[in-house]
Amino acid sequence: MTRYLTTTALALSMIGTAAMAEPVKVGMITTLSGGGASLGIDTRDGFMLAVEEAGNPELEVVIEDDQQKPEVAVQLSDKMIQSENADVLTGIVWSNLAMAVVPGATRQGKFYLSTNAAPSQLAGKGCHENYFSVSYQNDNLHEAAGQYATDEGYARTFIMAPNYPAGQDSLSGFKRFYEGEVASEVYTQLGQTDYAAEIAQIRDSGADALFFFLPGGMGISFMKQWAEAGIDMPVVGPAFSFSQDILPAIGEAAVGVKNTAQWSPDLDNEANKAFVAGFEEKYDRLPSLYAAQGYDTARLLLSAMETADVSDSDAFREAIRAAEFDSVRGDFAFGPNQHPVQDIYVREVISEDGTLTNRIVATAMEDRGDAYAEECSM
Amino acid sequence: MSAAEITAAPERQRGRMNRAQIVNAALALGLVGFGLGVWAMGEIFLVTLATKVAILAIAGAGLNLVLGFGGLVSFGHSAYFGLGGYTAGILAHHALNYTPMFEWPFLFEGTTSMPVIWITAMIVGALAAAMIGALSLRTAGVYFIMITLAFGQMIFYFAISWPAYGGEDGLPIYVRNGFPGLNTLDPIQFFGLVCAVLFAVLALIAILARSRFGLALQAARQNRQRLMAVGIRPGGVLLVAFVISGAITALAGALYADLNRFVSPSMLSWHLSGELLVFLILGGTGRLFAPLAGAGLYIALEHLLGGVSDHWQLFFGLLLLAVVLFARGGVIGFLAEGKRHG
Amino acid sequence: MLLLIEQLLNGLQSGLMLFLMAAGLTLVFGVMGLINLAHGSLYMVGAFACAGVAAATGSFWLGLAASIAAAAAAGAIVEVAVIRRLYARDHLDQVLATFALILIISEGTRWLYGSFPLYLNVPPSLSGSVILPGGIQYSLFRLAIIGVGLLVAVGLFLLIGKTRIGVQVRAGEADREMIAALGVDIGRLYTLVFALGAALAGMAGALVGTIQSVQVGMGEPVLILAFVVIVIGGIGSIKGALIGALLVGLTDTMGRVLLPSVFDLFMETSAATSMGAALASMAIYILMALVLLVKPGGLFGARA
Repeated sequence: MTRYLTTTALALSMIGTAAMAEPVKVGMITTLSGGGASLGIDTRDGFMLAVEEAGNPELEVVIEDDQQKPEVAVQLSDKMIQSENADVLTGIVWSNLAMAVVPGATRQGKFYLSTNAAPSQLAGKGCHENYFSVSYQNDNLHEAAGQYATDEGYARTFIMAPNYPAGQDSLSGFKRFYEGEVASEVYTQLGQTDYAAEIAQIRDSGADALFFFLPGGMGISFMKQWAEAGIDMPVVGPAFSFSQDILPAIGEAAVGVKNTAQWSPDLDNEANKAFVAGFEEKYDRLPSLYAAQGYDTARLLLSAMETADVSDSDAFREAIRAAEFDSVRGDFAFGPNQHPVQDIYVREVISEDGTLTNRIVATAMEDRGDAYAEECSM
Repeated sequence: MSAAEITAAPERQRGRMNRAQIVNAALALGLVGFGLGVWAMGEIFLVTLATKVAILAIAGAGLNLVLGFGGLVSFGHSAYFGLGGYTAGILAHHALNYTPMFEWPFLFEGTTSMPVIWITAMIVGALAAAMIGALSLRTAGVYFIMITLAFGQMIFYFAISWPAYGGEDGLPIYVRNGFPGLNTLDPIQFFGLVCAVLFAVLALIAILARSRFGLALQAARQNRQRLMAVGIRPGGVLLVAFVISGAITALAGALYADLNRFVSPSMLSWHLSGELLVFLILGGTGRLFAPLAGAGLYIALEHLLGGVSDHWQLFFGLLLLAVVLFARGGVIGFLAEGKRHG
Repeated sequence: MLLLIEQLLNGLQSGLMLFLMAAGLTLVFGVMGLINLAHGSLYMVGAFACAGVAAATGSFWLGLAASIAAAAAAGAIVEVAVIRRLYARDHLDQVLATFALILIISEGTRWLYGSFPLYLNVPPSLSGSVILPGGIQYSLFRLAIIGVGLLVAVGLFLLIGKTRIGVQVRAGEADREMIAALGVDIGRLYTLVFALGAALAGMAGALVGTIQSVQVGMGEPVLILAFVVIVIGGIGSIKGALIGALLVGLTDTMGRVLLPSVFDLFMETSAATSMGAALASMAIYILMALVLLVKPGGLFGARA
């Protein structure tokens, strides 16, 4: 029975090739319920904005909610592959979910385009020809923060992250480009909401700057408490705690903080202007980093569909690798391990007519690839 | 106290047994029939989903042994589930990466053989349950619920922050482990294997429940003093049940790791302990097939509602609430008796 | 040394935040024998109501009042519609029903407010920090939380110990049939106690949400901690909840601060901080297990 179905599917797809450009089915697995939903919703909305703008009838997107649980993500990827016959998977926000899904999916011959998570394992020894990160490599934003701290001449920096692999990667990424002295290194609990003890340690440490990586609700809590403590110390961190999805919740406490990202709403290029305006018009809010990454991923995919059929994996892979699209980030290219080579900026949180947003103040790194490309044998 | 008194409770239900047995048979046939049916239709994903139901039912069956028969509400069974999963993951990890697990006193390179993994997982689960059970059984009631939760949380936080096997990122198993004579990568063969394990576990529990041990266990729930009067220490009986329960749940964890080809600390989270409890209550606590009925209903609802709306959890909650308020005794109780007494 | 005192103060403060949450939980359990997993949801309702009203009116204080009112109302509605049917059931049915309530309230809140975290900040009159005797710089709002926590503790002791309702509550804990026989409307008493517990949770949500993150799911981690607190203290005991909360707050804070430096003595720094943090996150559960092993009914437990 299964064999019969496979042959039919094959026959159908051959008819498709003969007729015209073949349909591409995208399986989007992202977080749409629970506490982490805002990131997934922005990813989806950014992606779907690009899909609707393109109006390409050959592109079909199936969206499922992973509930931020790795097991559910694995089961959904099975569903996308086994039942939906998806050609391309995308959408996962979290590194641990990506680690659960990506190795299996790519080994089954599916393409995976990452809209956000890009753990080091998948950039180095575990790289795969069908896996592309359209966002960054996880270490990038932390590395840029380290570079910026060096450029600013911070002599003693207090560094802090949650105690889990992404947090440990974050601190090692920062230290890779930071030339000053680390005043103290603190790991907090994952999901921790009260930072009084850490703030007291920071005040006491004699550090002249603070670097922290606390994504989502942890960052909101920390920044509010930090502002209350009234410590006069420059703060730098990756964009995750200062992205548009959570800035309104932090409020004025975030103003003036420097954060690193490969994109910003004020980046001056045509594609970005159109994206920011289009997103605001459609969803009535400012786009976040995740929305921008979702949008770029869809545009990359659409550009590949123009030049190759998905059934010809090699040609389609080449078409994605070429990255012939106008990224909202401006220049965009893939490195040898199929992770981006791109500029990473330093942004400052500003209050603009009562709305909090980010503005670029410096470029931390130009054409930055990643630290793991050499380990990738592809 | 006479044996007749201990068996009084099951005795009373004998008149209803036939109807309950029909429901049980329907559930077993329903699972196998569903798996085969969707396979014949080429819906491979639904086969995977049915496998998930069967595995969670095994885990629930382990919990049912202590909860349904022994009356111990363990809110930390994710510990054994996760330990079983990690046993499978770690053994396979070493075997697949050709990095020996230990070289002394003899060289051990890990394994990808399911029977070996299962036995190891059950031993690990039993040992953990023996330690946790020995300490936890000093408490009772709500304190027991919370102390089992505490041990579960300890293991959970340890797994998240211990970097050797992936920490929060989890540990992928690139190829499903093997079983002699079967191609476990074929979803329907793996489904068949899991069903066989499930029915073996249920049969074991049925035999246990009718044995002297099972009667003592039920007596331990109903009346500890009486049990002591006939010279049986209820603590010992409960501890043995707890250890068997841990081993069964760990076995389910090992299978779950193979289903997903991935283990992560989320298998150890208290949410999973809660879900196992929910399966049993949904199915009908203390009934042999409760875990299967509960897991099946839970997964089916999750799957069906998930496609309807982003806010599916709201409707899911309403349905659960309706079940607990209006279908007392769970699904099986509802089907087999209309309404459960007592 | 000064740092150590400040950290002790932080531990005390985080304990009192927990107490606000645990007090309602232990009250409801003590009086009605109900395991209420949805207590965390009422905490979330309070935080969202406070954030919503504060954003609409610009006044934090109106928001705080709204949080208490909204959580009490939600509690009363839930009690009358659902919880009331569960008193006679075993703990398992209560677990399932209140688990369902978590899903309903969380997803309902997300439907109303959207998925993005809300803005809620410290009112100007309580923002900034003060210098304490000895030269410790401490957040004014955190001091206020310490004050509120102590006030609530005193208020509850007085309520239970000195008032008519308190007498009924204590009688109800001891013997449910007798109090009904004495002509007390036990249904109304239960609704009242549940609403009071909910109001405390709502207020805790608003106060804690002010310096943390107001988002769906914020109640769950606190719920687990609150359960740990009341189990350590002995279920049903307000005094136990207070002592338990302080123990948990101090253990957690001091564990986070001290353990990494202990490991630093004999390990490389990165590994030591990571290891210390790992052990610190397990510390309160180890504390709870130890307490229960020595005193299986909690520190001040009346009954299991």
